Amino acid sequence: MTTLTLAKALNEGMRKAMEDDSKVLVMGEDVGKLGGVFRVTDGLQKDFGEERVIDTPLAESGIIGTAVGLALRGYRPVCEIQFDGFVFPAADQIITQLAKMPLRSLGTLRLPVVVRIPCGGGIGAVEHHSESPEAYFTHTAGLRVVACSNPADAYTMIQQAIRCDDPVIFFEPKRRYWEKAEVDTSTQEGWHPFDRARVVRPGADVTLLAYGPMVKTCLEAATAAEEDGRSLEVVDLRSLNPLDTPTVVESVRRTGRCIVVHEAPVFGGFGAELAARITEECFYSLEAPVLRVGGPSTPYPPSRLEEHYLPDLDRVLEAVDRAFAF
Amino acid sequence: MTADASRGAQAPPELVQLLTPEGERVEHPDYDIDLTPEEIRGLYRDLVLVRRVDLEAVALQRQGELGIWASLLGQEAAQIGSGRALTDADMAFPTYREHGVAWCRGVDPVNLLGLFRGVNHGGWDPAEHNFHLYTIVIGSQTLHAVGYAMGIQRDGAVGENGAATIVYFGDGATSQGDVNESFIWASVFNAPVVFFCQNNQWAISEPLEKQSRIPLYRRASGFGFPGVRVDGNDVFACLAVTRQALKNAREGQGPMLIEAFTYRMGAHTTSDDPTRYRVQDELEAWKLKDPIERVRAYMFKNQLADQEFFDKIEAEADELGKDVRRRCLEMPDPEPLAIFEHVYAEPHRLMDEERARFAAYFAGFESEESSR
Repeated sequence: MTTLTLAKALNEGMRKAMEDDSKVLVMGEDVGKLGGVFRVTDGLQKDFGEERVIDTPLAESGIIGTAVGLALRGYRPVCEIQFDGFVFPAADQIITQLAKMPLRSLGTLRLPVVVRIPCGGGIGAVEHHSESPEAYFTHTAGLRVVACSNPADAYTMIQQAIRCDDPVIFFEPKRRYWEKAEVDTSTQEGWHPFDRARVVRPGADVTLLAYGPMVKTCLEAATAAEEDGRSLEVVDLRSLNPLDTPTVVESVRRTGRCIVVHEAPVFGGFGAELAARITEECFYSLEAPVLRVGGPSTPYPPSRLEEHYLPDLDRVLEAVDRAFAF
Repeated sequence: MTADASRGAQAPPELVQLLTPEGERVEHPDYDIDLTPEEIRGLYRDLVLVRRVDLEAVALQRQGELGIWASLLGQEAAQIGSGRALTDADMAFPTYREHGVAWCRGVDPVNLLGLFRGVNHGGWDPAEHNFHLYTIVIGSQTLHAVGYAMGIQRDGAVGENGAATIVYFGDGATSQGDVNESFIWASVFNAPVVFFCQNNQWAISEPLEKQSRIPLYRRASGFGFPGVRVDGNDVFACLAVTRQALKNAREGQGPMLIEAFTYRMGAHTTSDDPTRYRVQDELEAWKLKDPIERVRAYMFKNQLADQEFFDKIEAEADELGKDVRRRCLEMPDPEPLAIFEHVYAEPHRLMDEERARFAAYFAGFESEESSR
């Protein structure tokens, strides 16, 4: 066991993947000498060289488009999009090419490309640096979409994403980059499956569904609720597409109440998909409607307002109260 | 408001030409080609056969057998000249109009029709032919080609016996961000890629002046690599120029932009009506520059083939047309559950769930039918 920050765990995971497979490349803006603006790729270029850790021109569509070409030649590119709000110039390549080319080829082509996106707010940044664009990508067939929430998962999930033969959108909770935890880097065995959720805190009364940065918030809410005698179960979804429906359904059938928590605006957000699925699958077990806690349906506000925008412990507990009021 | 064309004006564009529209061989200081009579007859055969396949496909669309077709009429020399410059190790990235290049890469013409008939989105294995799938979003494939070329570099496959990529796009595509990004990437990474722009003068209804104020090949210099304009209706010149550009790329000299100056003789696709936006005179003028007629005239003049040869090629073209038609009509519709195939390479829970649900739904109809 080693104590690692989430950023360092990703770094170690990528390092391991690059050692294991010479076809793995890292590419993006400032990922080389600088090690990325969050230092997630720190030291990789020094150790693996400029041919494998590529500082690219400042063009996100170019990053994904050339990664597609490299993958067609047999490489496994891991692309860094510097900030969530900068992924949109690459949206065309991701949606029309990366996601659809394997189908277009009738299965003869595989595109093992990982698109790493630091996501979410809470770091006092300027516009376009705090967004949660996951629903755009979960809505795009052909992509896998995952989000890590802690250093141990970051270490294993980035390696699983790189090994996966499908394109993977990999969300990293940027405000959790510096949080530390124990990570077992000694084994490749017994990893939690890449496409499965995990119950990170068992409970009996309400299921909280979260991913990425909101998992920690939900765990804090569960601790606080315990004092009020309420037992909250927290499920870290980990994989948004495919969704681990069996784990979610099992939990909600048991607790009878469900609250979805994400930073993204609620309207048309990923929580809407969860609420609809749970309603279909758990209708007779529900004591209350599935509630959603998320950002207002507005653009992300200036940073002095973000503490009011982002769901926090109190917003989650307020939703818990509402769930019990039915 | 129109732009003042005199601002930034430069010398008139130069055109590499080795065979005039009248079928006269001419010299060029930078490019030459030495072809055997056999090779010339081979090029003529290619030109005639791809035109015949194209004609058949247009007819199939008119008869409702294809949903749409993008004709290559008029662009045969650009495609055969550049396509025949490729070695087996080179990789080509087409738009949706490169039927002639597909022919050069050994793709069965019937496999091109699947996309237009609506039975698939692309019906050949790109790795088998080193010919990528048709890309419909304008210009996207230029980045794929550059990425692939960067892979060639990383494989150490640049230098003697090296490989290169060639990417096709049109005049309209040169306005796309992806194309400009691909120029930048190719330039800074010195990637072994040849950008082959078929300037057919029209992007659906928009003439070239809506895309550019300078000749397209001159854009290359701003990105830091050479550009050249070639007579796109001259198969000899297209072959010579592309051969040289690919050789340079394979040897590590980096990218080049070739602007093949040609003309889209037909509609953009079978859904288009060019009479709404261009005049007949323009078409008539370009008919005199036909890419096949000039080769035929050259061969006649130089006694490289007799009437028997031309008759034989015509007969072969007719046979090919018939064969393509017959096999197009035989193409089966895919099974409904094929919708769920190949979306992901690895097992995917949602695909499994939905496939099962649709299978049960479809099966319901079958049992209703059988109980009647």
